[in-house]
Amino acid sequence: MNQAPVIDIEDLTTAFGTHVVHEHLNLKIMPREILALVGGSGSGKTTLLNHILGLQQARAGLVKVFGRPIESYRGKERLALTRRWGMLFQSGALFSALTVFDNVALPLREVRYLPEGLIREVVLMRLAWVGLTAQDAALMPSDLSGGMVKRVALARALSLDPELLFLDEPTAGLDPQRSDEFVALIKALHEQLGFTVIMVTHDLDTIRDLATRVAVLAQKQVLVEGTITEVMQVKHPFIDAFFHGQRGVRALGATAT
Amino acid sequence: MKEASSLVSHMVQAHSLTPQTSALRRDDHTCHVAGDWDVQTLCAPGMVEQRRRALSAVPSGTRWAFDPLTRLDSIGAQLFWDCWQGRLPEHVELSASQRRLFDMLAATGQPEPLPRRKLDWLIGIRQLGQGALHGVEHGARLLRLLGGLTFDLGAMLVNPHRGPWKEISAQIYRTGVQALGITALVGFLIGVVISYLSAQQLALFGAGQFIVNLLGISIVRELGPILAAIIVAGRSGSAITAQIGVMRVTQELDAMQVMGISQGQRLILPRVVALAIVMPLLVLWTGTMALIGGMLAAHVELGLQFMWFFQELPRAVGLTNYWIGLVKGVTFGVWIALVACHFGLKIEPNTESLGKGTTASVVTSITGVILIDAVYALIFAEMGI
Repeated sequence: MNQAPVIDIEDLTTAFGTHVVHEHLNLKIMPREILALVGGSGSGKTTLLNHILGLQQARAGLVKVFGRPIESYRGKERLALTRRWGMLFQSGALFSALTVFDNVALPLREVRYLPEGLIREVVLMRLAWVGLTAQDAALMPSDLSGGMVKRVALARALSLDPELLFLDEPTAGLDPQRSDEFVALIKALHEQLGFTVIMVTHDLDTIRDLATRVAVLAQKQVLVEGTITEVMQVKHPFIDAFFHGQRGVRALGATAT
Repeated sequence: MKEASSLVSHMVQAHSLTPQTSALRRDDHTCHVAGDWDVQTLCAPGMVEQRRRALSAVPSGTRWAFDPLTRLDSIGAQLFWDCWQGRLPEHVELSASQRRLFDMLAATGQPEPLPRRKLDWLIGIRQLGQGALHGVEHGARLLRLLGGLTFDLGAMLVNPHRGPWKEISAQIYRTGVQALGITALVGFLIGVVISYLSAQQLALFGAGQFIVNLLGISIVRELGPILAAIIVAGRSGSAITAQIGVMRVTQELDAMQVMGISQGQRLILPRVVALAIVMPLLVLWTGTMALIGGMLAAHVELGLQFMWFFQELPRAVGLTNYWIGLVKGVTFGVWIALVACHFGLKIEPNTESLGKGTTASVVTSITGVILIDAVYALIFAEMGI
């Protein structure tokens, strides 16, 4: 079996001016796992995601994606890399000038040379995966509810069958029932398609139901990583507040003791 | 028998060595699928058609054997699915993950066709009618905006201490002070160009000294106000529309409404008042710069003395022309601000509408400025000034 990490972060240091966000941070993400990045506000979760996506330069250290430093992907290789990952943005980031169909079809049309007939089938399949119908395909993003925006955004993130999926607060802004449905949807797709997921979330229910591994960012490093039960056994003010607080006990029940 | 089997294995070896047939290879009753069937491979030019042709050449009832190492994703699987007409064939060898992929396609079922858009033969006529109605609607809303503004202005004059003075002052700075540089540059250059071109023509008739009249009247009365208005419409009008439009996108306008803050008082009034104050001043400023530019060009081209130019100017232009320029300035300022606010408030929460609204705002305000100028020309001609 191929067990090389999908993402390998070595000794990463980031700083904005004098404000140090990460210092000697190490993190490995293996194929097929669902890693939840957890941390307080300002602990650099989004910054870490931006490093992996190559949107931000590190001050020191190495970020490897699919075995190669992210900076080494240039030109055509970078383009090929962007076809291997998908990102679900927190607010959806759907293109408001395009219909739902065109939003999902856009990445497929961007690779060129795929015939329009195949694109139509693939888009309708993606929409069906996330529980939308052909009727919804003609809507504009401004006509959609928050939950539908997330679904369309997920369909768009999945349109090229990515090996790597980034989820930024996948359930933020959804009501509990929709949020549960959305988590179940991602879980089912993950079981079927076997992609690797990195998600940033504050929602304990999402972490409990979805994550195979949790990494806690605190003190400019990955404080602990492991399954949710392993992480909860560590004594640290943030972990106490996050997992053993009232919300934590409510969401995680008996395991929180 | 033995010979035959060794022959077959030999053939298989030969087959696997040739790269073209590696994706799909057929022997007697089995079709072997190997190689890559993912989007990375399929996005090469003509690849989808090539694979589709190869697939359609396989007769029905063939056994399918998928190599477990084949890279297959749902886009590649869709190609097989289309070829199999939406169900798994009877004999097929799949690895567990490949089977899951096809299970998923099967669970999705045949996607329903997209709703077709109906062809509309009367679209041209309909658009014409709609355009006219839109025009009327815009006019009505502008009028309503003007009415609301009058009330707000009245309220501000009754209760001056509650007026949005801070906002007005900020707008004066943004639309006025920060526009000084660009209006000066444009005014100066236009002055130089007009003076240079007319000096050549006037010199032909030996009427060089009339350049003062020509420059004075045209710049103070017409060009100064128009130039300033066009620059302000492009610079501040678009900024106002975009700013109010983004406030719609980010729901700030809704927030204001919920908190009971009057949009007229806080958004429209300060901008209109600021531009009404700033525009006549910018008209004066642009005109002055254009006259200086014209004077310099006349000095170079015709050798006219600066002192003489200054002495002649009041006699040639007269104070009325300055008043006309100032009145035009105030009108243009109010018009530009109103149009910009109107289009800003009409923007819908999406990016396309923002772009369209800003364009419409600038085009409408510049066209309007020139129309108003023509109306003023008629009025003043009737009045004989």
